[in-house]
Amino acid sequence: MITWRGVLRRFLADPVAIGAGVVLLALVLMAALAPLIAPQNPYDLMQLNIMDSEMPPSWRPGGDDRFLLGTDAQGRGVLSTIMYGTGISLVIGIGAVTVSAVLGITLGLLAGYKGGWIDSFLMRLADIQMSLSTLMIAIIALALFQAAFDANIYAEYAIFMLILIIGIAEWPKFARTVRSSVLGEKGKEYVDAARVIGLPARKVMWGHILPNALTPVLVISTIQVAEAIMTEAALSFLGLGMPTDKPSLGSLIRSGFEFVFSGSTWITFYPALVLIALILALNLLGDWMRDVLNPKLRRGED
Amino acid sequence: MHILAFLIRRSIQAVIVMFVISLIGFSIQGHLGDPLRELVGQSVSEAERQALREQLGLNDPFFVQYFRFLGNAVQGDLGTSYFFKRPALDVILSKFPATFELVLGSVFIFLSLSIPAGIYCAIHRNSWLTQTIMSVSILGISVPVFLTAILLVWLFGVELRWMPAFGRGEVYVTPWGWDTGFLTWDGLLHLVLPCISLSSIMLPLFIRLIRAEMMEAMGTDYVRFAKAKGLRTPRIRYVHAFRNTLLPVVTVGGLMIGTLIAYTILTETVFQWPGMGFLFLEAVNRVDTPLIIAYIIFVGFIFVVVNTIVDFIYTLINPMVKLPGAKS
Repeated sequence: MITWRGVLRRFLADPVAIGAGVVLLALVLMAALAPLIAPQNPYDLMQLNIMDSEMPPSWRPGGDDRFLLGTDAQGRGVLSTIMYGTGISLVIGIGAVTVSAVLGITLGLLAGYKGGWIDSFLMRLADIQMSLSTLMIAIIALALFQAAFDANIYAEYAIFMLILIIGIAEWPKFARTVRSSVLGEKGKEYVDAARVIGLPARKVMWGHILPNALTPVLVISTIQVAEAIMTEAALSFLGLGMPTDKPSLGSLIRSGFEFVFSGSTWITFYPALVLIALILALNLLGDWMRDVLNPKLRRGED
Repeated sequence: MHILAFLIRRSIQAVIVMFVISLIGFSIQGHLGDPLRELVGQSVSEAERQALREQLGLNDPFFVQYFRFLGNAVQGDLGTSYFFKRPALDVILSKFPATFELVLGSVFIFLSLSIPAGIYCAIHRNSWLTQTIMSVSILGISVPVFLTAILLVWLFGVELRWMPAFGRGEVYVTPWGWDTGFLTWDGLLHLVLPCISLSSIMLPLFIRLIRAEMMEAMGTDYVRFAKAKGLRTPRIRYVHAFRNTLLPVVTVGGLMIGTLIAYTILTETVFQWPGMGFLFLEAVNRVDTPLIIAYIIFVGFIFVVVNTIVDFIYTLINPMVKLPGAKS
């Protein structure tokens, strides 16, 4: 049995997991509390002063105490933009995974439970979509979206489009995971029992099979959030994601990139560091979760 | 004959996928911008517009227009770029060598590094070098490819000034019109950083894959049998065990084609590499619809061709897979 207490005990025994958990918690808190703790509101044009632009971090010559990590070309404090940007990256990452989990679970249940041509059609589609890669699908979809609408409409809806497109592009991973669990559960007696008492297929799938097929979904979710954040950052870096006045970590890196050549590296490097820390923490936690929750690796324990 | 049957079956599948891609591409074309405005500007009267629409066939039913588009596409005509005023396919093909050489260089780098590293990590499981390689590879997976590229540009291009930071440098144009950076020193120098960046995301994945497969192969019965037979260790490792790791490597390699194409767009953006990906992003910014559609169709074509070839290689090297339609 996997119990909450057992999971907690194993978590506390693993220094890598604790480290990753602490980093993740700190970043999430920083993003959630950004409006309260950020030294400056980078969206409020009244607080910006173009005279403050491209200042180095405060400990370097020419730095200013108001801007701990320096400022960007528009005079926004890099620390403040990172705080707000991390929030946007997290919202898109979690949002996209929610979309793909809902879609993937539904289609995976359907494919695994119904079988037949529905199954082969969905899995073939999943194959093709996965080999096209999430990033390629998202690049093409967003490029078309950007070409079809004017810049203002695009900026307004960019965050929803990113969540939707990354979410839809990632469904095959969830669907495959759920499908293989469903295939393992389908032949068991409780499923037969539920069917024999005359429950409709919908109830058997959602009420009886799904709860037993959720553990692997939980395991891949964490790593999927990391992947979604990475995809979003890449898209924003290409200029296909969040606009620079509502920046995610990726768009911050994009707007700082041209200043790397003139030596103003802090505009790019601090958001980049936060992005790497965020992804690394999620990946390490995901790996840890897979080891703990995977019953195959736990044989003979507890 | 059965190989031929297999090839025909796969080609039919490839044609169907291409058909779907072209249908998507075409249906988008109708909704992006107004081709008339791009052609003649604003100053033409409504009556003339209507006449021109009729003449260009823009009033025809959707499928009539689509099959005309398809007919032209099969003959290599994917429309004319609004910006370059040249056939879109020509524009894309002129940028193809740059992207192709970038991909070739990075495939060379990651194959020549990941195979020895993967084998080493599988054989010497607990050495410090293995531990280092495995920790660096987890870090490598977590660093987005464009950040690796930015870091390399900054360190070697801006700070140390050892390497050129952008562009292709001097290229040699072969008599048949293929411009290559492989034949000039300057061109090779310009290739180094972009190729390392592009391979950096594949490298950790393949090291882990080869290591896992090699470890599995070393535990199988046929390897134990080879040991019992008294074969020498190098022969067992590099001939018997390693050959069986190639299969998953080919499969995963085939699955990564889409990812690789997406990463060329990122790498080309950082290095301002004049390839297809850079061209595509410029086309998006200029709303150059024919060029956008042509890129999607061209990339889809490459994707389908490579996948078919990979499937074919897979069936050739895997003794357990029978070609469909083959007699047993």
